[in-house]
Amino acid sequence: MTTVTTEPTRGVDVDDAPRSTGSPATRALGAVVLALVGLLVLLGLVTSPAERVQGEAVRLFYVHVPTSTVMFLAVGVAALGSIVVLWKGSVFWDLVAAASAEIAVVLTGLSLVTGMLWGRPTWGVYWVWDARLTSTALLFILLLGYQAVRALPADRTTRARRCAVAALITSLNVPIVHYSVDWWRSLHQPATISTLDPKIDDAMLVAFAVGMATYLLGYLWLLIHRFRVGWLEEQVADLGLGDALAERRAEGLADAGGAP
Amino acid sequence: MLADAALVAGKDLRLEARSRVLLNQVAPFSILVLVLFAFALDVEGDTLEVATPGLYWVTVLLSALLAVQRSSAVEAADSNHDALRLAGLDPAGIFLGKAAAVAVQLLVLEVLLLGGVALLYGTEVTGVALLVATAVLATTGVAAAGTLYGVLAAGLRVRETLLPLLLLPVVAPVLIAATSAFELALGGRSGEGWAWCGLLGVFALVYTAFGVLAFGALLEES
Repeated sequence: MTTVTTEPTRGVDVDDAPRSTGSPATRALGAVVLALVGLLVLLGLVTSPAERVQGEAVRLFYVHVPTSTVMFLAVGVAALGSIVVLWKGSVFWDLVAAASAEIAVVLTGLSLVTGMLWGRPTWGVYWVWDARLTSTALLFILLLGYQAVRALPADRTTRARRCAVAALITSLNVPIVHYSVDWWRSLHQPATISTLDPKIDDAMLVAFAVGMATYLLGYLWLLIHRFRVGWLEEQVADLGLGDALAERRAEGLADAGGAP
Repeated sequence: MLADAALVAGKDLRLEARSRVLLNQVAPFSILVLVLFAFALDVEGDTLEVATPGLYWVTVLLSALLAVQRSSAVEAADSNHDALRLAGLDPAGIFLGKAAAVAVQLLVLEVLLLGGVALLYGTEVTGVALLVATAVLATTGVAAAGTLYGVLAAGLRVRETLLPLLLLPVVAPVLIAATSAFELALGGRSGEGWAWCGLLGVFALVYTAFGVLAFGALLEES
């Protein structure tokens, strides 16, 4: 006898749903990054000369150094976002921090791989207990821990707070780990000899600068897209919750009406 | 804050005094780890004696995982975290109290372990001042970082697997510094070891300060 009135399901209009996370600005940015990648390949592999001491292995530096630098930037952005989360409870910064930390995992992994590839011809082995390699490996594991915390089932505020604390512990640890490992190694063996020639060839410098620009802009592009995906995920979670509430309410009303 | 900390620490230590979980389970476990190291390494040569500082601190860290898990498990049951907050305790005080209780328990364990390595590995104990300072500072740092992560993982189904993944990389600097300081102290070169104590002090300070600031945010959630 009861007419069940539920609110019309909100926002699931498929035509309104975004088709991609791209916008004119990010497409332009993406195009620039792609062009820079092409340029970096050309400069790094073709036009720049081999180095006197390291030979061809120096070419790895054009990707390795930018990877490591942007990796620290990504961790820094995650830490900054986490401070704002703990301070103001901002959803925006929680998603920025999460996106940045995720990219940091990839960059840390890449930095380890390129570092090891460089180590093989230079030191003769893939892995040495060098301060930088060791502290990067620890950072990698710490970031994986952050991802594990991120994946825990929890409501939004809880997850944001937990992740913020984990991200801040991780970034607090970066200088401590680096310092302690550096010190630990320097007691056992002389510090790794600086293999870069002090007089850097102009072509090398250009390749290096292009590498930095490529990675910085690439990071930005990834960050924006990952953030947008995260934002949409939040919206979908909200929608799901709204729908579930409406359904339960309808069931409740039907039960109440159907009972004698 | 400090009064609250004393209350919470007293509660946790009383709990331990009555349940004796640490004494009856964790302490035998850590001695067992020492024995396992002896099985894994050569007992004939001086390998064990040389490796004593590292083995000692790895054992301490493994035992610390258990102590931290125990410390957060007693609060996770029956949502005691909420009860503590409803009792009007300062979150910073709760953090300091729980960390202090873990630190005291670990220190007792470390004294026991030192006796263990002296007895089992034939390590000659020298440089006692440096050993004590190192142990106190390292334990403070481990207890602070552990308590933070302990409450984060408390009550989760994955806590047993999550805590080691989160905590061990964070305390890696403690392992490096404490091992190096112990090596120097046991090697009769205490003078050079104090710099490592400085590093341990910085670690302890950073994580205690961060815990005091951030513990409230973690408690609010659970």
